[in-house]
Amino acid sequence: MSTKETIEFRKQVVEEVLEVYPEKAKKNRRQHIAVKDSECAGCAVKSNAKTVPGIMTARGCAYAGAKGVVWGPVKDVVHISHGPVGCGYYSWGNRRNLAEGEIGVDNFVPFLFTSDFQESDIIYGGDKKLEKIIDEVVGLFPNAKGVSVLSECPVGLIGDDIESVARRMSEKIELPVIPVRCEGFRGISQSLGHHIANDAIRDHLLGKGPAREIGKYDIGIIGDYNIGGDAWASKKILEEMGLKVVNIWTGDSTLEMLQNGHLVKLNLIHCFRSMNYIAKHMEETYGTPWIEFNFFGPTKIKESILKIAAQFDDYIMEKALKVIEKYTVPMQKVIDIYRPRLEGKSVMLYVGGLRPRHIVGAYEDLGMEVIGTGYEFAHNEDYEKTIPALKEGTLIYDDVTALELEEFVKKLKPDLVGSGIKEKYVFEKMGLPFRQMHSWDYSGPYHGYQGFPIFARDMDMAINSPTWKSIKAPWSK
Amino acid sequence: METSTKVTKEWLNTQEYREKNFAREKLVINPAKACQPLGALLCALGIEASLPFVHGSQGCAAYFRSTLSRHYREPVAAVSDSMTEDSAVFGGQSNLIEGLKNANALYSPKVVAMFTSCMAEVIGDDINAYLGNAKEQEAIPKDLPVALANTPSFKGSHITGYDTMLKGLIECLAVPRQEDKINDRLYVVPGFDTYTANLREYKRLLKVMEAPFTLLPDQSDVLDTPNLGTYELYPGGTPITEMNEALNAGSFLFAQTYSTPTTRKYLAGKEVPVEVISMPIGIGGTDKFIEAVAKFTGKDVPEEITIERGRSIDAMTDSHQYIHGKKFALFGDPDVLIGVVSFLLEMGGEPVHIVCTNSTPLFKKAMESMLEASPYGQGATLYAGKDLWHLRSLLVTEPVDMLIGDSHGKWAARDANIPLVRIGFPITDRVNLHRYPIIGYSGVINMITMIVNTFLEEVDRNSPEAYFEMMR
Repeated sequence: MSTKETIEFRKQVVEEVLEVYPEKAKKNRRQHIAVKDSECAGCAVKSNAKTVPGIMTARGCAYAGAKGVVWGPVKDVVHISHGPVGCGYYSWGNRRNLAEGEIGVDNFVPFLFTSDFQESDIIYGGDKKLEKIIDEVVGLFPNAKGVSVLSECPVGLIGDDIESVARRMSEKIELPVIPVRCEGFRGISQSLGHHIANDAIRDHLLGKGPAREIGKYDIGIIGDYNIGGDAWASKKILEEMGLKVVNIWTGDSTLEMLQNGHLVKLNLIHCFRSMNYIAKHMEETYGTPWIEFNFFGPTKIKESILKIAAQFDDYIMEKALKVIEKYTVPMQKVIDIYRPRLEGKSVMLYVGGLRPRHIVGAYEDLGMEVIGTGYEFAHNEDYEKTIPALKEGTLIYDDVTALELEEFVKKLKPDLVGSGIKEKYVFEKMGLPFRQMHSWDYSGPYHGYQGFPIFARDMDMAINSPTWKSIKAPWSK
Repeated sequence: METSTKVTKEWLNTQEYREKNFAREKLVINPAKACQPLGALLCALGIEASLPFVHGSQGCAAYFRSTLSRHYREPVAAVSDSMTEDSAVFGGQSNLIEGLKNANALYSPKVVAMFTSCMAEVIGDDINAYLGNAKEQEAIPKDLPVALANTPSFKGSHITGYDTMLKGLIECLAVPRQEDKINDRLYVVPGFDTYTANLREYKRLLKVMEAPFTLLPDQSDVLDTPNLGTYELYPGGTPITEMNEALNAGSFLFAQTYSTPTTRKYLAGKEVPVEVISMPIGIGGTDKFIEAVAKFTGKDVPEEITIERGRSIDAMTDSHQYIHGKKFALFGDPDVLIGVVSFLLEMGGEPVHIVCTNSTPLFKKAMESMLEASPYGQGATLYAGKDLWHLRSLLVTEPVDMLIGDSHGKWAARDANIPLVRIGFPITDRVNLHRYPIIGYSGVINMITMIVNTFLEEVDRNSPEAYFEMMR
């Protein structure tokens, strides 16, 4: 099929799939789906809008964005899931943000702390209970550096004043107590939760830490949650370049890192969506510059290394070039092994914060083509950053519904689908290779030079697994 | 001066810390319970072409689906009506109506199983009235059954949510009981059971015993689907026709006690004969199930069952020496705990710490009297309403040989340097365990296999060279 035919075909597919909706929902959903064409006319999709009720969205809520994504990985803070037991339970131990430290002493990542609201708390309010809970936290975990209070739906609906509890308790225990108003009904996806979490860092921690000299090469990584060790892989490259990573937000991070996020020469932002707010704030308030980077796949890593090094001096640039040189051969070896096995294979993605665009280059390094991509909770600027990186004919879908994604996949027939746990088994039942691209499917890291060989191996394993060949019984027609 | 991490680390393992830990009143750390709507969703999946519908925040639906998918490694379909801040002000009616309309158009369910999450409950949404209005406005056909359950997260736990949804589904789908329409079927309710193999085992046993039966609900073909190269949204479940006739059941047999009281009470109120047993785990537990079924059919227990039972007894005697006198800690749901503890007692194993976060007074009484009646239960304590951080303190101050529970127990087991045998929900770090029954006589063999082989693996991995032997 020519590019023009592909575009026409895919536009036709979109129309066919939308047919199933009632009129109002159809009108809404049409605005969220586009096919990239030559003029890019109409390839902008509507985003960051309310989900249509009843359509099976993959989206989560503000609590998921604030606790699950941003705050959860901060390891030396006790994060209280304030409200009923469920939200904390479902976000317990399943986001794979690895952290170094003594569990239960100065690392609380693998824990669920909950106020386990009962009906009486709904009726009488949970503020008193919260006070008592914070007291108990301090008694049992003397090395905790602070307490965050992540509110769940009921807290905001019954009019609890967690801010004043936090203020009082912070004075009493002489530690930061950070109220985070991330009730799940706020906003329309995880995204507002990220923003609220950023604001809480800004209001309660940033600039309030112990003073520190800013070293010449001190940098921070923003928006890397250390999924399967991603942040460590990124840090390795940056340190080989001669830079000193003093903060990571928030994978394997500490409270002090959040306090001192601005005390660096440069902030490097990986997941723009979840942490752009605070990066911009640090720039505006403290003059700390930030740039975006992409550590997926050798092509993008190289570009990013050069872009980062250009912000520093010749010493760093020289080291940066050496790093690129050091890894050129090993990365080429990876490509030599896997590219012949993956060349020409197509991928459809549907993920969160940065991956629907950031990973495209890594697939291209392997000779693969991304033919469809979309975000759960992106804003317009994410799509503006994404669309130029895509080939003509790429199908773009925002907050795609389960049924749309299934139908798009059936029609476009990719060789691989990359999305989340809720999507995984749907496509595997269709006999389609699939990788979870939120959690790296319990593998990783995928970042950096350390991550690319693992990424390449995993994609090959998925696509070329012999298991797919056994699906059809020999006697089936 | 700040305490060093080393000092604190050691302190965590002391009796002093245990006492302080047990003195906490409000803080809950690592509870072994989820919330009601998760159970409601699991229940709803077990009915033919039933679409679970969360009236509340969409984040809840995402969490339930993810949690169940991780355990079963299967697709889990559910929609929500995505209530947001404006619903908090104006109520969730317009979301509910639009959600029903869209869900029906997209997914054509035979029944919608609607249950609430916190938001809708706190603002006091009247889902029954909203549903009436949805039908009035023709958002959905008047004859589309929509079962309702109020399942706030701030009451009960996943097992009570299961119960409430089950009652709602029967209420919605079953025609009134009529003396001349009573059927010859035994309706077997498994309860909150996350082993698809348990459900298949119930069905197998009932077939062997020639009992006409309906398993209600039945997720076995929904959460253990074959890979045939196509995805089916509605791959199985209790047939709607059998749901319609539920109140005309010959009898109901509940295979769990603590996840079913609301439904049992409802059925009793409708004059339906109801029998309840403990979850049929272990020989004694399974015997009671077999006897209950035989009582219903009025037939003798088939020889085949007696032989099957004998094979399990044989497995027990073959391997009793590896469990007898061993000390165990357990945590999980009440029904599973009663079953697994009864099995350990049958083997001469000694339960020591039993933690049940979602305990009830009735369960406590039942567990304690079972322990009291056995010579092997004398050293056991039930910790009702406690959590896995309490459990950790117990394990490090009063050591045992093995922990039995779900995947969340792995940190406590690691800290205590003992193996964890995974029985319960969720199991997210091992494969296929839900495909092996723990109920029935075959469940006895499976549990022996898991427990004994784990012990023996430990022996082999840790034994000095001189003691590394061919036979164990």
